[in-house]
Amino acid sequence: MASVTDADLKTMTQEERVTALGMRTDQLTGRAMRIEFNPDEEERFEYPWAPDVDFNKRTELDVDEMTSTEANRQIRALMEDGYGTIVIKNPRGKHSLGVGILTRLRLIFEGSLGYFGVGLIDGPNVTINGRVGWSCAENMMAGSVVVEKNAGSTFGAAIRGGDLVSKGSVGSRTGIDQKGGTIIVGGDTGALTGFMMQRGRMVICGNAGKNLGDSMYDGTIYIGGEIKSLGVDAVPSELTDLDKDWLTRKLTLYGLLPERGVDHFQKIVAGRQLWNYDNLEPSEKKIIL
Amino acid sequence: MCGIAGLIHKGNRANVGGEMTAMLQALKHRGPDSTGYAVYGEGTPGDYVMRFVLAEQEDMSKGFDMHQVVAERLIEVENRLKLHEANVKSREAVTDYAHRFVISHEGDTEQMIRHIEDIKGVEIMSIGNGLELIKDLGDAGVVSQQYGLLEFQGSHGIGHTRMATESDVDIRSAHPYWAFPYNDVAVVHNGQITNYWLMRRDMERKGHRFMSSCDSELLAVYTADNLANGVTLQDSLRRSIDEIDGVFTYLVATKDQLGMAKDTMAAKPLVLYESDDLIAMASEEVAIRAILPHEIDTTDPYDEEVRVWQA
Repeated sequence: MASVTDADLKTMTQEERVTALGMRTDQLTGRAMRIEFNPDEEERFEYPWAPDVDFNKRTELDVDEMTSTEANRQIRALMEDGYGTIVIKNPRGKHSLGVGILTRLRLIFEGSLGYFGVGLIDGPNVTINGRVGWSCAENMMAGSVVVEKNAGSTFGAAIRGGDLVSKGSVGSRTGIDQKGGTIIVGGDTGALTGFMMQRGRMVICGNAGKNLGDSMYDGTIYIGGEIKSLGVDAVPSELTDLDKDWLTRKLTLYGLLPERGVDHFQKIVAGRQLWNYDNLEPSEKKIIL
Repeated sequence: MCGIAGLIHKGNRANVGGEMTAMLQALKHRGPDSTGYAVYGEGTPGDYVMRFVLAEQEDMSKGFDMHQVVAERLIEVENRLKLHEANVKSREAVTDYAHRFVISHEGDTEQMIRHIEDIKGVEIMSIGNGLELIKDLGDAGVVSQQYGLLEFQGSHGIGHTRMATESDVDIRSAHPYWAFPYNDVAVVHNGQITNYWLMRRDMERKGHRFMSSCDSELLAVYTADNLANGVTLQDSLRRSIDEIDGVFTYLVATKDQLGMAKDTMAAKPLVLYESDDLIAMASEEVAIRAILPHEIDTTDPYDEEVRVWQA
């Protein structure tokens, strides 16, 4: 199937876009939320209270002697002053750094983060030149987080949007309860990856531990390496040309495209035998974004 | 929650006491109730370090004659050591209730220990050639200062900061646990063991003693039982993943080894740093950063992972 260009997408209706992008529009048997998504509006979306930052205004913040709370307050103060590019020096594994940022910001960590780093964010582009501990980017709504090294367990737990990337290997329960967005892992991932996944996409370039995709409701997992075992109700599916196009584009974007391409990737989806929605709104459709 | 940490210097010695103190102090938020260390120095061949307590810390403020009581208990410990023909080479009263003896003994050590622990309120923390097992109420800095650990030179160690959940805040429920009666073997654990009572009854039927009602003690007894039956540390750790139910990450140290095991769910954290001369691990990376200021690469061991390192 031929690639779809951005110009093509703009001329299509929402239903046509969904079909062209290979997203599913399956009938649900019960309650679901219908999400109307306009890419143009999404691009313009900002919280009304968000500070007006300038990406060209850059500063550095050494957090070596600060607590996590102090560091996060300093980041906010710099954003209020209009700084759009903030480089954090000496994070040294501190927990909960860069959390709750709800606007555009270029945030660069020169070092590693502890637990719950950059959680609850909605919009910033984050680069972490180090590793992250458990629960990085938990509940992320939008933006991007690129981790140059390894990540701990529950990487991207319950994320709803944006791109979350670890160029190394990650721990167990990656993307647990994922509700949207994209999680990309350059290396291996541990057990119960994609556990109770509901929407979104996950790309694992290396191997996965046992019970991959266990109890997933929906969403798609692409994996380039070996799977120790599939979880309950996770089943293989056909890798289409659209899947390959999307994988190639995403992995190229983050410098993770394997030399041999993406033809060897497997696609895992929900078998849909465990769904337990009620039947109040049987005609609604779910659109994966 | 609890925090665990361990490190091992490969082929050399360092200020393990200071390093472990820094790591455990960084994990204070995971467990403020008590802190414990099992550090390994260079013992004198034939000599054993015996660390024991005569009472719980809180007991010292109870009753007008408590100091007299512990003095009498100490005399009784001396009497029983003499009865078992143990030669006490040095004595150190670290606190009012905690003592460190260096002894030589060629008889049945287990029988001697059981006889001593039959004295009311007395518990032997550890006996080992290189092992120094220290645990008390308070954070890492307080305990380390109290027991003079900051300058301790050795090859490796493990430690624990405890948030008491299922048992009391006291010394006997604090970690590490000595793998009685195995010299130089100690265990720290983060997690919950759900087949504790079943396994404990099994171990008690085999004649093993339990000093607390803390589920983590089971891992020490279980390890001791395996080692006594000729099982290697690696195999004991591997076997535990199938035989112990619950969520756990635990570390075991012997005279010259450090091992780790993670349960089948990988539900309890451990961050691992490995270089040519140092292995360090902890519940959180911030503890490793406390001794390694430069940028490092770390990994999370996976589910059912077992590793053993040699000093």
